[in-house]
Amino acid sequence: MHKIIKKEALTPEIKLYVVDAPLIATKVRPGQFVVLRLHEQGERIPLTVADFDRDEGTITLVVAEIGKTTKEMGTLDEGDGILDVVGPLGKATHIENYGTVACVGGGIGIAPVFPIARALKAAGNRVVSIIGARCKDILILEDWMKGASSELHVTTDDGSYGIHGFVTQQMEKLIGEGYKFDFAVGIGPVPMMKAFAGVTRRHNIKSIVSLNPIMIDGTGMCGVCRVEVDGKTRFACVDGPEFDAHLVDYDLLLSRQTTYLKEEKQALERFEKCGGDCGKHE
Amino acid sequence: MSENKPGRKGSEPRQEMPRQDPMVRRTNFDEVALGYSAEQAVAEAQRCLRCKKPFCVSGCPVEIDIPGFVTAIAEGDFDGAARKLKEKNALPAVCGRVCPQEDQCEKYCVLGKKWEPLAIGRLERFAADWEAKQGRMSVPETAPPTGRKVGVVGSGPAGLTVAADLALLGHEVTIFEALHAPGGVLVYGIPEFRLPKSIVAREVEFIEKLGVKVEVDFVVGATRTIGELMNEEGYDAIFIGTGAGLPYFMNIPGENLNGVYSANEFLTRSNLMKAFRFPEYDTPVKVGKTVAVVGGGNVAMDSVRTAMRLGAENVYCVYRRSRAEMPAREEEIENALEEGMILKELHNPVRIIDDGNGWVKQIECIKMKLGEPDASGRRRPVPIEGSEFTIDVDVVVIAIGQGPNPLVPSTTEGLETNKWGNIMADAETGLTSLEGVYAGGDIVTGAATVILAMGAGRKAARAIHEYLMSKGQA
Ligand SMILES: Cc1cc2nc3c(=O)[nH]c(=O)nc-3n(C[C@H](O)[C@H](O)[C@H](O)COP(=O)(O)OP(=O)(O)OC[C@H]3O[C@@H](n4cnc5c(N)ncnc54)[C@H](O)[C@@H]3O)c2cc1C
Ligand SMILES: Cc1cc2nc3c(=O)[nH]c(=O)nc-3n(C[C@H](O)[C@H](O)[C@H](O)COP(=O)(O)OP(=O)(O)OC[C@H]3O[C@@H](n4cnc5c(N)ncnc54)[C@H](O)[C@@H]3O)c2cc1C
Ligand code: SF4
Ligand code: SF4
Ligand code: FES
Repeated sequence: MHKIIKKEALTPEIKLYVVDAPLIATKVRPGQFVVLRLHEQGERIPLTVADFDRDEGTITLVVAEIGKTTKEMGTLDEGDGILDVVGPLGKATHIENYGTVACVGGGIGIAPVFPIARALKAAGNRVVSIIGARCKDILILEDWMKGASSELHVTTDDGSYGIHGFVTQQMEKLIGEGYKFDFAVGIGPVPMMKAFAGVTRRHNIKSIVSLNPIMIDGTGMCGVCRVEVDGKTRFACVDGPEFDAHLVDYDLLLSRQTTYLKEEKQALERFEKCGGDCGKHE
Repeated sequence: MSENKPGRKGSEPRQEMPRQDPMVRRTNFDEVALGYSAEQAVAEAQRCLRCKKPFCVSGCPVEIDIPGFVTAIAEGDFDGAARKLKEKNALPAVCGRVCPQEDQCEKYCVLGKKWEPLAIGRLERFAADWEAKQGRMSVPETAPPTGRKVGVVGSGPAGLTVAADLALLGHEVTIFEALHAPGGVLVYGIPEFRLPKSIVAREVEFIEKLGVKVEVDFVVGATRTIGELMNEEGYDAIFIGTGAGLPYFMNIPGENLNGVYSANEFLTRSNLMKAFRFPEYDTPVKVGKTVAVVGGGNVAMDSVRTAMRLGAENVYCVYRRSRAEMPAREEEIENALEEGMILKELHNPVRIIDDGNGWVKQIECIKMKLGEPDASGRRRPVPIEGSEFTIDVDVVVIAIGQGPNPLVPSTTEGLETNKWGNIMADAETGLTSLEGVYAGGDIVTGAATVILAMGAGRKAARAIHEYLMSKGQA
């Protein structure tokens, strides 16, 4: 059992949890994730470790409520427990001093970008971060990103805050203004990562993305997380989740993410009908 | 019985195993084989000749005293039979069910020369189940604490055996398991209808009663490395029993389409995550109407039979050699055929065709014929040119084998592996290239059997004990 030490709603549908997980907290590095299971009937879902406190033995998770499991997690309170938390999983981000780097985060993707930006800055890089959301109300972690970056640009799709447009348009604009990026990280919804790869390919910038296929074990045992990179099948949980942005087959990733749409909808409807109590105690 | 003329005894037919009706059982996840009644067990046990030189024992990798436990059953001393089994085998209820007996103990039984071999596995299962039904769990006394700490990586049959043996010898043992439940393949791979999970849970409980700590959700190589366990956490020795958990794919076009599963994923969803009870359990699984399972081993049979129970109407088994070469246990092939498996022997998939929306629609196969024997002695299948044809399917399950997961070797400096990635370990002791680090089971041999993994665990436990004792008092 892993106790929730702190819970905070960043937006009505994105919540931050500080979870007691000393074994993981002392080992985790930027880019890595955990797999958790809320209770005995629960599904195993992967979540990036957005922050950690090695002394306190805690990890921070930032979760967008999009389906049954993430919404059910939202019903937990401080003091409640999560049955299983396993990690740290996946390869950590390779951190070095590249010079000037772009850290691009879209939507919930800002959370995983944060520890990477912070580590890149600590390694001596000039970190130019570009974060964005559909609108002002669902933009998260702006303060954190400000602290982790040398320079922060904020966009909203509808122009309700910051620069009007997409993060990738802003990146393109900065390059047009003469920014020279030696390296770039882009994390967010698949279409955003695909667009990001387009920008960095056009300008010949070495870049990585963090992929979010469906996972179960997170240790290379089941193969559900397979993605295609450079024409080869890879397991995102152990070979990734980060890969060379230019070589990923984004369409396949998008397609595989939809495998269980029907069942996910069914699970969510069932969950919402019985007010969050079904499946929990049976 | 001694008045029986020699040669007469044992000629009686083997006691049939009562089983669920095929058409009923293909719709439920309850155990297929129901087990002997006490009368049947006694009758079967009385067929044994109590050979002075029991060949059956030489066929058992853990050398169970077969005439000994069988005689106890014949005399109605079921408790005594269970005790005899436990002397050599910590998991008799498991082995009695899943051992390939026809290739092991029963293959060597002298009765088999003229008549049918003794049903050793079924008797083993009977005795173990009988003990369980009495609600008793005899926990042997453990030796006084030695002060030595042993870490066991993986809770499959190899890990469970090492842990039990070392705990009995007085060592402090902790098992580290990556998944949320202990048991290895016994919980995530082999389905409920062949091995009820309550049996595995009982065996794990027994091991915990011996004082073994089981840490689930602990991935060695990620949560902590072997080096950290030994140098920072004070473990004096480590046993690696991580199994063959890495699924192989065929590298044919279409393998990443939606609806294509590795057998590991398919079985894990159903067994470990209980997808057969979705939506009560949150994890879903797809089967549709028609499923093609590729492969001919136990894993393939389990996938076929799981697909039927999940509601598939037509389930094909596509295997590139002929039925005679299928590595699955004969009994399980028969069970699957009775349940309606459509066997496509001498067929090999060449590609998986999509429906235009990222989903599987068809599997294209080529017919094969058997050519010259290959290195393994089995006749090599060769494609018959121009014989390609397609089968309409909703789901494909690839069950062509598993390899070693590289997580532990890649995070343990100096741990030697062979060219397939299996850990190199001494056949007698399990010792690896690192002092104090032992390995056994599928991670060393490649995918094998439960009983071989247990045998390896037993040998390693003996060697680890000697090693720890040679280091003097802690
Ligand atoms: C390495 C990795 C890191 C991630 N980090 C974060 C994070 O920090 N914050 C966050 O909010 N989300 C993160 N995700 C996504 C998160 O795992 C999914 O949102 C979550 O599993 C959805 O579960 P659900 O039951 O609420 O929704 P569902 O209704 O089950 O699913 C909605 C969608 O989420 C995806 N999904 C479903 N099940 C899984 C699964 N087992 N694994 C992965 N994706 C799935 C599918 O695309 C699906 O269409 C990460 C995913 C990966 C692979
Ligand atoms: C579907 C299926 C059906 C089978 N049917 C039969 C049968 O009928 N009869 C038979 O004799 N054999 C059968 N087998 C084979 C048999 O199950 C295996 O040979 C046996 O389980 C091997 O035991 P093991 O202890 O080596 O490994 P496993 O049983 O594979 O256990 C390894 C354990 O280690 C854990 N692990 C892996 N990596 C790590 C890590 N880094 N950190 C912590 N834990 C880790 C895994 O999660 C797993 O729990 C079958 C196998 C499968 C897959
Ligand atoms: S453990 Fe397996 S091989 Fe040994 S006697 Fe029992 S069934 Fe036979
Ligand atoms: S070989 Fe057969 S008949 Fe002889 S002791 Fe063994 S089981 Fe009994
Ligand atoms: S999640 Fe199972 S192999 Fe990656």
